[in-house]
Order: sequence, then C-alpha cells, then structure tokens
Amino acid sequence: MAVIRDMIPPFELFQPAGVDDAVRLMDEHGSEGWVLAGGLDTFDWFKDRIKRPAAVIDLGGVDEIRGIAQGGDGGLDIGAMTSLTDVAEHADVQARYPLLAEAAGLVATPQIRNQGTLGGNIVQDTRCWYYRSGWPCYRAGGNICYAATRRSMNREHCIVGADRCVAVNPSDTAPALVALDAEMVVASTSGERTYPAVDFFIGPDIDIERMTVLEPGDLLTRIVLPARWEGARWYFEKIRDRKSWDFSLVSVASVLQVQGGVIQDARIVVNSIAPYPVRMGAVEAAIRGREPSDETGQMAGEIAIEDTRALRHNDYKIALTRNLVKRSIRDAA
Amino acid sequence: MEFLRRALNPWGEDVPIGVSWDLIWAAVIIGAVFVVVHALMVPKKVGTGEVDPAEAEGLPEKLQRHKPGARGFHWSMSATMFALLITAFFPVIGIQFPWVTIHWIAGVLLILTLIYHIYHVFAKQDFWTMWIDRRDVEEGKLGLKAALGKADADRPRAGKYPVDQKMFHHVAMVATLGAVVTGILMMFRIDNFLWAERTYMFSDAAWGWIYVIHGVCGIGLIFLVIAHVYFAIRPEKRWMTWSMINGWIDRDRYLENHDPARWTVPEAGSQAAEAEGD
Repeated sequence: MAVIRDMIPPFELFQPAGVDDAVRLMDEHGSEGWVLAGGLDTFDWFKDRIKRPAAVIDLGGVDEIRGIAQGGDGGLDIGAMTSLTDVAEHADVQARYPLLAEAAGLVATPQIRNQGTLGGNIVQDTRCWYYRSGWPCYRAGGNICYAATRRSMNREHCIVGADRCVAVNPSDTAPALVALDAEMVVASTSGERTYPAVDFFIGPDIDIERMTVLEPGDLLTRIVLPARWEGARWYFEKIRDRKSWDFSLVSVASVLQVQGGVIQDARIVVNSIAPYPVRMGAVEAAIRGREPSDETGQMAGEIAIEDTRALRHNDYKIALTRNLVKRSIRDAA
Repeated sequence: MEFLRRALNPWGEDVPIGVSWDLIWAAVIIGAVFVVVHALMVPKKVGTGEVDPAEAEGLPEKLQRHKPGARGFHWSMSATMFALLITAFFPVIGIQFPWVTIHWIAGVLLILTLIYHIYHVFAKQDFWTMWIDRRDVEEGKLGLKAALGKADADRPRAGKYPVDQKMFHHVAMVATLGAVVTGILMMFRIDNFLWAERTYMFSDAAWGWIYVIHGVCGIGLIFLVIAHVYFAIRPEKRWMTWSMINGWIDRDRYLENHDPARWTVPEAGSQAAEAEGD
C-alpha cells in the first residue's frame, strides 16, 4: 500500500451553489478538475499525491442534489449528494426498497456513512492496490497490469470481465441499484441525460481508465428508482474479510417477483467479481417459471459461474459467487 | 507537444510507457497538408495515349500487371490495416468500443498475409522488380523535376514499379514490420490462445520502448495510408488502382508508363527480347 504522506498538494477550491455552476466549473477545468462529494475516496488520492488536480469542485453546497423525494412515475428520486446514512435510514427507502437500504447500511462504518454520499459510493474508483499505489498500470494510463501476472497478489481481483485490467468495482450500492433497474441522471453543460444503471458502469474493454460512463465535465446528479421493483422479494449479502468494516470480496443483490410460488421475473447482480456489477442474465432467464427453492438456487449458482476464470489467488470467489447466487434466490424475502 | 509518455515504475525509475497520442493528430494533419499541397502543386497529367506503333506491334490489348495472389495480398493487407488502425486509434480519440480482441486478431491475420506475401514474392514473382537501382534513382530525379515543371523532358518510363511506388513499399514495409514485431511481443502481455502471459520477460524500460516503437510505426502508417489512398484516387494513377482490382492494364498504358526493356510482361516477352537485342 502507498504511504499516506498527509500533505495534500495545493489546488484551487471552488464551492458552487448549484448544479449549473458546478457543471460549468467542471467543463472549464476538464480533466484538471476534481469533483469532491463526501471526500472519502478523494483525500486518500490527494494525500498519496497520486491525483493532483489543479481545481477541486466541492459539491457540499449544492443542496438541490441532496435528499430523497417522490419520483415522477411513483418511484423514488434520490439526490447524488444524499448521505449513505440518510439512504439507509429513510423510511420510504426502508419500506419500498429495502434492498437499497440494506446495501447502503452495509457500507463501511457509521462515521463513513454519515460523511459518504450515494453518488460517491456509486462512482468510487477501484481499490486495486497496484493502481492505488500510483504505479503506471493500464488503468493509470500505462502499459501493464501488475495484478494479472502469475506472481501478483490478486486475491481481491476479478474472475469475470477482465480485459488487460483485473480490478473490480468495490461499490455496495451499485449492485442494488442495477438490480432495482435504477436510472442514473447525469448533467453536463450540454444538458441532462439518463442511463439505466446497468449501462452506467463500463468495463476496461470499453475504457480501461474509467469505471463509469462519466467523462470530465459529467456530474451524476440523481438516482431514480422505478416503481416496477417496489415491494419485490429481495436479497443482499456482502462477504468481506472483517464484518466490522471492509470492502466486499463478493456481494449479491437480487429482486424477485413471485406469484403463486413461481418466479415471474427477477434481476440478480453480483459485484466485486468484475470491473463492473455483473447482471446475471442467463440466471434470470433460467429461473423464470420456477419455484424459488434450494434446487433452483443450486442450478442458478452453477449457471452463474459458467464464464468465470480465476487468477492465481482468487478461485475462492467462484465458490462464493455460486453460493451467493443460490442464496439470493432461495432466501429472498 | 511531447513525443513520449513517461511514468515512474514501482522502483522509482522514469521509463517510457508509449508514444504521445498528440502524434496521431500530427500524422493526420501532416497527411492532410501533404495531400492539399500535392494536389495544388502537381498537375493531374493523365496519359496522352500516344505510343510508338512499332512497340505496340504484337502486344495484346490487355496485359497482366498483378496476379490474383498479389491482388489478394494487397486487399487482405488493406482490410487488416484499416482494422488495425481503427481499433488502435479510434478509442484514443474518444470513439470507444471493445477493441483489443479485434486488434490482435487483425494483427495475426496481417502476419499470415505477410507470410504469404513473402512466399509469393520469392516463389512466384521476381524479387528484384521492387529493388531500387541506379536507373530508378535517375527516374526519380527526372520525375521530380517533371512534376515540378522544371525538366525539359517528361519523366522516363519505369520498370514494373515506378520509383515512388518502390519507395512507398519500402517505407510501408519498415513501418509494418516494426508494428508486427513489437505487436507480437506485446501479445505476451495479454491473454490469447497462442501462448501464456509473460509480463516480466523484459524490463519496464524495454517494454516501454517496444510500446513506443509500436506507436511510432502505427502513427507512421496513418500518414502512409492517407498518402496511399490519395494517390490511388488521383486521376493519372487510377489505371494502377484498377489494375489492382482487375489485374490488367491496357497496352497503351503499358507502353506509355513502362519501359518494355525493364518490365517484360509474358505476353510481350518475345518482342521485348528482340528490342533488347536491338
């Protein structure tokens, strides 16, 4: 791990009061600008002197993207600057989208959830320690993946979706939002656009230096939860080394619509096994019309691991994926 | 503008990691400027069709310039080259798609194409037709003067290939071989069906220079492709382009542009031999 050096390199600080101001500043500074939300990912990068932006745009004063409101189609509309604690403890989220409340409530520690935002948790960068050490790997613009070789320490890295880079998406809320078919609203100086959550995250095959569709000048402003999956059966489980506080080794989020004891529709997403949350399309297709039983879960688990490929130290993730997918169907409540 | 991208490796060494992507635009701009300047300065002098009737005697209407194998190689190389350049540079300029697999498979196809070309040249063609000799140098000097309107006489007739085509071939060969050799080495850094990954077979600096050479050759090929396509569509060169499609040129083009003593086509063999003897 990189040594924390404490002294943050100088930068120009901007504190916009609205989204329009923020995106104008982001556009002005382009790749030299850095968006500060909760600051929990930001200050590690700054203190390690690996990211040295010329300008920091602090969203702390942009209240219009903070809070939870009724959505247009009957769902919920959550501002990107809403704290993870507010998401986890909000009565509407708990009642209507308990999957998201559970995922947000399992992020790190209470202090971090108080400070961290939903938007920040979604767009946070990967935790690959080779990348975080500031070495010139593919993701940092270089020409090597230090984690993918036969000598690498790659216990936390991916088992599917690798393309030169084998880093994984560390977010806890991302798989829940993909499972709930959320929409991500992105603002820039050219206007507002919306992405289904599943398309918001991109792999290294598309762009090895990004984990989401966001480019310099783009700001994630809102997350819209559709009414479609409100009240569905759900399951969330996060496996980590320390129960108290850690990033997930593998996590699973599922929503199931069950009628007459038979699965009518389902969305199952596994995270931390790929550079993006992996929607298990083949599993979803296979379990439709079946009972959410142990047998169905067993079959689903086997399908879930069909295209996986372990690195030297992470074959345990294959077994975890199989079992979590099984439980996400069998134990969905 | 920087020429190299550099970084500190885990041991604190400052190593090159690749060529600066600014050079992509430099190649495109230089190619565009070259095309515009050449188009404005060099007149489009389509052939007069005037030939010596004595030379034409005994020659068929159509003469073969490229065998099917040579044409197949040319178009196969074109397709793979475009695939390689598009997959290499479009993602860099912001048009993003999963490019790595297409890129290395196109590279493997290019290598197979080149192996066939080398076999074809040595087994089926005359290797020396592409060699630049003293007469080509003279031809080049006079051709340049003629193009700039400074020569009294027209450009002399060439052998099978004009000297500018030969020079293009050699420059393209160096750039392509540079990209191919470094590309083969770079495949040791990605998963592929040919061999296992060997990331540390070279030092970081050596790998960096391999990436730099690959990038320089690739960017050089952007300019070469622009120039090649430009010449292929110029009016006075289109007969050559057509011959790369249908394989033949007509008798008048042959006699107007080629010296029968230097390029003896099979159909004209006996007549040219007589001319040499004269």
